[in-house]
Amino acid sequence: MDPLPVAITFDFLTSVNFWTSVGVLAATYALVALGLQLNVGFTGIVNFGAAGFMAVGAYTMAILTIDTDISFWLSLPLSILVTMAFGLIVGLPSLRLRTDYLAIATIAFAEIIRLIAQNARELTGGNQGLFCSDDQSKCFDDTWLDVSDRIEGWLVDLGWSDPEILFPLLLVAWALVLIVTLGLLFVQRSPWGRVLRAVREDEDAARALGKNAVAYKLQSLVISAAIAAIAGWILALNLATVHPIDFEPLVTFFAYGVLVLGGLANYWGVLVGSVIFWTLLEATRFIDVFEDQSDQTALRLAIVGLVLILLMAFRPQGMFGKREEMVLGD
Amino acid sequence: MEARSLTLGAEESAWQRLKEAADRRPALAAAIVLGVIVVVMVASKGLHDVAQTGLTGLSLGAIYALGAVGLTLVYGILKLVNFAHGDFLTFGAYMAYVVNVTWGMPLVLGIFFAMAMTAMLGVLFEKVMWGPMRARRAGLLQLLLMSIGLAFLIRAFIQYVWSTEIRFLDVNVIETVEVFGLRIGRTSLVILVVGIVLIAAIGLMLRYTLLGKQMRALSDNLELAETSGIDTSRVILYTWLFAGALAGLAGVMAAATTELRPELGFELLLPIFAAVILGGIGDAFGALAGGLVLGLIIEWSTMFIEARWKVSIGFVALIIVLIVRPQGIFGRAREI
Repeated sequence: MDPLPVAITFDFLTSVNFWTSVGVLAATYALVALGLQLNVGFTGIVNFGAAGFMAVGAYTMAILTIDTDISFWLSLPLSILVTMAFGLIVGLPSLRLRTDYLAIATIAFAEIIRLIAQNARELTGGNQGLFCSDDQSKCFDDTWLDVSDRIEGWLVDLGWSDPEILFPLLLVAWALVLIVTLGLLFVQRSPWGRVLRAVREDEDAARALGKNAVAYKLQSLVISAAIAAIAGWILALNLATVHPIDFEPLVTFFAYGVLVLGGLANYWGVLVGSVIFWTLLEATRFIDVFEDQSDQTALRLAIVGLVLILLMAFRPQGMFGKREEMVLGD
Repeated sequence: MEARSLTLGAEESAWQRLKEAADRRPALAAAIVLGVIVVVMVASKGLHDVAQTGLTGLSLGAIYALGAVGLTLVYGILKLVNFAHGDFLTFGAYMAYVVNVTWGMPLVLGIFFAMAMTAMLGVLFEKVMWGPMRARRAGLLQLLLMSIGLAFLIRAFIQYVWSTEIRFLDVNVIETVEVFGLRIGRTSLVILVVGIVLIAAIGLMLRYTLLGKQMRALSDNLELAETSGIDTSRVILYTWLFAGALAGLAGVMAAATTELRPELGFELLLPIFAAVILGGIGDAFGALAGGLVLGLIIEWSTMFIEARWKVSIGFVALIIVLIVRPQGIFGRAREI
């Protein structure tokens, strides 16, 4: 083996392009992890189906805009409703299960959704993915690109002569992240949020007080499905295509990485965690030690693997989590 | 009116009796259900098709079974939902590749090397990770996420050393043989025979040897096993050796019939979990049977629906079992 040529430059840290791509990815995963925070951190249900819900959100939005006369704007709320319905379908049978069974059941549901996306070719385009209608007359992100252009115009007016192409998406994505975070903080302080915590701490006690624990868990799962659907749109608009490969279980695992890095039972922590997580992962693109693409993905996997192992071993509450509020299962 | 309600009551009690009987002898009930399904399929699709897909199903199921028995024991004994188990399979497959292709030696040697190395890998992580974490009383979610991290590390290592390029073991995958008018690939046949023989051997070992009994005792109730004088840390070590070796073997078998990719094991992990749950978590016999049944279900399904859907059938079976009988098809109703 020849010695490793260390050729890392830190120029990228001042590049707008770098931070824009980090920002969009961080917003996407912050949304997924916010939903997981509601489930894992505040309700004590270990949901491993996030990638499946993202897929339902993204595919519904794309299919409705391409194959029907429904407008992009109407497809957004509709796709949330459809994803919430899927949340019900997943939650009703599985939420009575013990933690470990629930984790496997939700991941199996997510995989079924991905396999449907891969195999129901007439509806989803299969492994070709979804982008435009067959005659190329209509693409799912047409309306978004108009909006994006308008935002770009405003940026130019503000004096930024050549804005990054993904910068408008970055702004919209983080606006959505903020809205969702504030919304979650609000409901968490409500009586409903307190019942969720009670269910997390002691389900039997909550039930003894007359609270229908399964119903609360179901509501928690359905809300997190809706948030995952929003993350699904951003992923789709970012990549300009909807493809089954982007909804592998890996996505859920990465979101768990973001969640435990930020810390359980803390919504703001998730946002910080997501930015740090994606800064680390995207920075691997600028390390010239490796010869090919597969080495770079290997490095990414190794980083996420180490983050998960070290955090769980030495600081399971993450950066901002509260140890006493952690549900670790028994 | 009166009579009708009476007959209804009688029917209900008959159904109730049937359910209770099924709960007393779950294995028998499962066998009967499987038998009925086979008869119905033979009647509708003919004996040849059912036997042909069944043969393929058993050779697939043998891989699941060998992967599942280690996973279920680790799960039962250590309360560890080991998401890295799939990557143990991948690791084993690449170890066999090193011997078989890189060094150009016979695959049999590769299999033994793969089993030894994967067993060592299991013990290594028990020593540096799982043992210390248990000592700290880490919770289920903590261990589960750690195992995902470990899975990533193993896959990253494999991807770094061998890249994502698709590789093949040096086996003959083209030649087929005819047995009783059924066609099967030569390699698949060898795998089927080796798999079934090993599954029987493992079953006997778990049933009759002291170590096997101790493993099952630990899986059933760790504290109770400890108080009755079993050296638990020794049994845990042997369990890792056992689980690792079988995972390595299952990985080589999967690679011999398909191809080597860094995702090989992870893609097998969920079906293996399905086999574990089918058999009841912690139940080693159940995992063996669950693997074979799952392989059969998946291949038989191709007679009725397009083959591209067959992977989903495994997950649908998993979810149905979780909803209807979370204790597994062979398990008795217990606290879930």
